[in-house]
Amino acid sequence: MQGFLDIFDIYLLEAVINGILLGGVLALLALGLNLIFGVIDVTWICYAELVMIGMYAMYFLVQYYGISYFIAAPLTILLVAILGALLHYLVIAPLLTAPPINQLLATGGVLFVLQSFATVAFGIDFRNLGIRLPVLAFGDMNFSYARLLSFLAALVGMVAVYLFMTRTFTGTAIRAISQDRQIMALMGVDTKRIYLITSAIGGGLAGLAACLLVLQYDVHPFVGLSFGPITFLICVLGGLGNFIGGFIAAFVFAEIISLGGLFSDLEWGYVLAFAFFIVMMFIRPAGLLARRR
Amino acid sequence: MLELRGVNAGYGTFQALFDVNLDVRAGEAVGVIGPNGAGKTTLMRVISGLIRPSRGSIAMEGVDVIATPPHKIVSLGIAHVPENRRLFPQLSVDDNLKMGAFMKEARGKYAERLEVVFDLFPRLKERRHQMAGTMSGGEQQMCAIGRALMSNPKLLLLDEPSAGLAPVVVQQVFELVKRIRGRGLTVLIVEQNVQQVLRVVDRAYLIEAGTIRASGTSAEMLASDTVKEAYLGV
Repeated sequence: MQGFLDIFDIYLLEAVINGILLGGVLALLALGLNLIFGVIDVTWICYAELVMIGMYAMYFLVQYYGISYFIAAPLTILLVAILGALLHYLVIAPLLTAPPINQLLATGGVLFVLQSFATVAFGIDFRNLGIRLPVLAFGDMNFSYARLLSFLAALVGMVAVYLFMTRTFTGTAIRAISQDRQIMALMGVDTKRIYLITSAIGGGLAGLAACLLVLQYDVHPFVGLSFGPITFLICVLGGLGNFIGGFIAAFVFAEIISLGGLFSDLEWGYVLAFAFFIVMMFIRPAGLLARRR
Repeated sequence: MLELRGVNAGYGTFQALFDVNLDVRAGEAVGVIGPNGAGKTTLMRVISGLIRPSRGSIAMEGVDVIATPPHKIVSLGIAHVPENRRLFPQLSVDDNLKMGAFMKEARGKYAERLEVVFDLFPRLKERRHQMAGTMSGGEQQMCAIGRALMSNPKLLLLDEPSAGLAPVVVQQVFELVKRIRGRGLTVLIVEQNVQQVLRVVDRAYLIEAGTIRASGTSAEMLASDTVKEAYLGV
C-alpha cells in the first residue's frame, strides 16, 4: 500500500509540473490573441494558422536550408511579425469600423486561405524538425527537455512584452488606446501606427510560439486546429482582452489537461478541460476576471 | 498666435459652428462663454483637429492647422485639455503624464517636463502611482492639465475645467489657470462659469447657437447688457 502511494504521488507531481510547462506556451498564445483583442477590438480567428505558417518556416529553414535552430528562430519570429502586420494592413484596417461579425468572417476567411495555401504548397505530410531533445530525469520523474525549454522561452517572451508595455512610450500608448481611442490624437499618437505595431507584436508572439511548438509537434496544414480552439477558450475563460485573466486561465487549462491525462488518456484531459469551460461559462460568463466595460 | 477665419463645422448633417472668426495673441488669456450646446466644445475640437471644419481656415503661428494631420497638431504647440478631462482611468498618473509627452519632440525632455508639472501640482507627485480614475475630480483635473503641459505647449486649450467640481475646487482650478498664465503660456478657455472666467481672462468671446455674438475685454464683457442679462443674472 505504501509503495503504491509513493508511485502515485510522484506521477501526480510529474503531471502537475508538466501542466505548468504546458501552461507557459498556452499563456504565450493567449497573450498574443488578447493583445490584439484588447487593443484593436478584433478577434484574429486565424491566430493559430499564423503559428502553423511559423512552424513551416522553422521546418524549411532548419531542415531544408540547414540553418541552425537558434538563427532560424528569430528569422521566423520576424517573418510572422510581418505577417501579423500585413494581416492588419490588408484585412483588418479596411474593416475597422465594420460590424464585428464581418471582421470575424474576414479573419475566418484568412484561416481557410492559410490552411489551403499550406496544403497546396507543402502537401499534407506530417513534417518535423528531426531534432530529438533528451528526456530529463529528475529523481523518479521524467520531463521532456523540449517542454522545459519552451516554458522558459515563453516566460522570457512574456516578460519582454510586459517590459515593453510598461516601460516604453509606445507600450504605454498601446495600453492607453484601449481606454480612450478618440483622444489619442491629442497625445500626438497616430492610432494607425500603434495598431500596426500591436499587430506585429501579436504576430511575433505567434512566431515565438511556432518556434517552441515545432520542437514538440509535427507540422501539417491543420496543426492550427490542435491549439487554436483551446487558445480561444483560454482567452474567453480569462475574459477576452484581460492579460492577467488569460495568463491564469492558461495554467488552469493546462493543469486540467495534464491531471485529467494522468487518470486516463490525454484525450480525456481535453474533454475535461472543455467540460470545465462550458460549466464556467454558466457560472462566470464574462470570464474569470471580467473585463470592465 | 491662433487665427480662425470663417470656420464652419459640425457633425454629419448637423452644423455646430457658423462663420466663426477668432484670434488669440501670444501671451493672452482668452475666454469663450456661452450657453450649453452653443458650440464651445466643437470650437475647441476643431482647433485641436478632433473634428475637421467644413469651411474656413485655422492658422497656428502661420501654419495651416487644417492641412496638419490631427496627431501632428500637438507638435505645433497646441495642447487640448478635453471636456470631462478624458484621462486614461486604468493607467497610473505617471503613465497618463507619459502619454502627454508621447510626441518625439517631448520625449527627450520627459524628465524635465515631469519636474515642471510636479512643481506646479505637488499633489500629482504624491499620487503618481495611483490609477487616475480613482482620484477626486479636482485631482483628475490637475492630472489632465498636467498631461497637456507635458508636451510643452505654447497654447493651452481648456474645455470647461470647472465642470463637475465642488465650488472650493473650482476656485483652485481658476487659481491654477492664473499660475499657468504666469509661466508665459497662452490660454484659450471655454467656460459656463462666466463670472469666474471673466476674472482670469483678458478678453472673451460670447458664442450662441454656433455664432460669435459679442467680443471684447473682460471689463467690456462684464459691462455689456447682453452678457449681464443672460449670464450674470443681474
